[in-house]
Amino acid sequence: MKTYVPPKFMIIRDPARCIQCQICVNQCSFDANYYDIEDSEVRNRDENCVGCHRCMTFCPTRAITITKNPLEYRENYNWRSEDIEDIWKQAESGGVLLTGMGNDKGYPIYWDHLLLNASQVTNPSIDPLREPMELVTYLGKKPDRVRIDRDSFDLETELAPQVKLNLPVMFSAMSYGAVSLNVHKSLAQAATEMGILWNTGEGGLHHSLYKYGNNTIVQVASGRFGVHAQYLNVARVVEIKIGQGAKPGIGGHLPAEKVTAEVALTRMIPRGTDALSPAPQHDIYSIEDLAQLVYALKEATNYTKPISVKIAAVHNSAAIASGMVRAGADIIVLDGLRGATGAAPKVIRDNVGIPIELALASVDTRLRQEGIRNQASLVISGGIRNSGDVIKAIALGADAVNIGTAALIALGCHVCQQCHTGKCAWGICTSNLSLTKRINPEIGARRLSNLLRGWSLEIKDMLGGLGINALESLRGNRLHLRGVGLTDTEAEILGVRMAGS
Amino acid sequence: MKRVLVNEPVCMGCHLCEVYCQLQHSKHEDMVKAFKREPSRPIARLRIEEKEPLFFPLGCQQCEEPYCVNACLTGAITKNSDTGVITTDEEKCIGCWTCILACPFGIIRQDLLRHKSIKCDLCQGLETPTCVANCPNEALTYTTIED
Repeated sequence: MKTYVPPKFMIIRDPARCIQCQICVNQCSFDANYYDIEDSEVRNRDENCVGCHRCMTFCPTRAITITKNPLEYRENYNWRSEDIEDIWKQAESGGVLLTGMGNDKGYPIYWDHLLLNASQVTNPSIDPLREPMELVTYLGKKPDRVRIDRDSFDLETELAPQVKLNLPVMFSAMSYGAVSLNVHKSLAQAATEMGILWNTGEGGLHHSLYKYGNNTIVQVASGRFGVHAQYLNVARVVEIKIGQGAKPGIGGHLPAEKVTAEVALTRMIPRGTDALSPAPQHDIYSIEDLAQLVYALKEATNYTKPISVKIAAVHNSAAIASGMVRAGADIIVLDGLRGATGAAPKVIRDNVGIPIELALASVDTRLRQEGIRNQASLVISGGIRNSGDVIKAIALGADAVNIGTAALIALGCHVCQQCHTGKCAWGICTSNLSLTKRINPEIGARRLSNLLRGWSLEIKDMLGGLGINALESLRGNRLHLRGVGLTDTEAEILGVRMAGS
Repeated sequence: MKRVLVNEPVCMGCHLCEVYCQLQHSKHEDMVKAFKREPSRPIARLRIEEKEPLFFPLGCQQCEEPYCVNACLTGAITKNSDTGVITTDEEKCIGCWTCILACPFGIIRQDLLRHKSIKCDLCQGLETPTCVANCPNEALTYTTIED
């Protein structure tokens, strides 16, 4: 039997422009460009090309174009090339197909079905260049009521620990080992500069990054990698990771070859061994068990830090979130269907979980109905692409959003979905020391800060248009949203009226 | 004095510094013409040293007490007393390669076609040397250093 999986892309090299400098060769980590010594010529291996555009970006004479391979199968709406090739690969290997990044299938993106309002005639819009606009957000449990001393006007109510964010955007959990130390450095520096938080993911915190602790969320996940007293206490927030949007219900697997000396030291595991995160947290089989871990972490950090609990958005998220709040979580994080990963079984990534917009709306609604919405902040993640998505999420009821893929794209990621191979040509999702150098943390931090600055300006512009001068006034205010192309049920779950009504 | 400094941990060995150095020291401004139309491929004044995962570009160190200047038989290589930059006067160079023997960094190269020795001149006339300006990862910086 002969199987031939045709190349996805073709590398087209313009011979009139190519100067044989071989930069494409040294930049391609997939060996799709090579130098034929015998013929003294740069050549392609199209079958290796993943469409990451590294060679094209670095070619000093713009001699390279990457194009889709025009090879067509007989048209069949049910049996597309991806379905056919996946079967071939499995017929050969008998294994689980792995992939990286988030769900790339055509499920509805509800952000694109929601539109914002703007002030016209009957209410004035605000010009953010002339008037102050407030994007500051505080995460943490808010009291049911506030008592103030009548004479001194001091606050009598004891507040739970609060975390200040200068804008309602944080960096998603991406572990050291999955991404490189330089990526962690970029995220940590940018978060510190912009007054937000970054998240270690489940792989521990490298000792060189302890100085960024005040802007760091540290994760306690099912593998308990790198968890120790100092790790918990150096952080601003401690997060219990139950699930991840890209792979709800399953654990993690960092292959042994990615466990370098530094990764091993940070994760507190032997060098060159697989880092396996169990699917469940084996001490959490109920809400009561979750409460035990939440309070164990509160004890360990002397009640000085909010405890966050992160779950993947699944069918019963609303009921689960209610339980999480009652278990003492100060922040709950929902990671939606389009949340990404460094490696996951393709079938899980593409078929498990629910869209974050629906999960957010239903959780916010449920917590309000139960009168406990103030007891926890609500953070969402999974596929947030721009400031428009951010402000719509705030209007739907989120306190803040996490960005993972968007942050990596700012660092150079071209979303080629090869994270699981460990060969990332952009030096992001790899622990190959020759490749990790491709991220200069100084440049990375600058680019991430720039992205956040741009989004802040845009959010202020949109708020001004709504006639609002503080993000707090928009939070959960779904009357500022209208739906387009939604069914009645979708509009009902999202809690929005249709455009025109 | 400004010098090219290398931030080795973020040099990824892409060789773009070499390519732009070649362009700068060719007769053409257009990269394609510089590489395709000149009688011999332009020669880079610096080179990437590599042994994965280590990479760094090595160029003329503009030594305080340069062996090449002392070794030069004809006085073609001189050190500018103000800027400390060492340059070669091609009129005077006789291609004896004594400077190449003397250079402890092995960074002076032969232009065999013209029979001249060539070395980094920090792109005299440019505000920033082209290798620095075109490094995609800011691994090269043009920095003022203490005398």
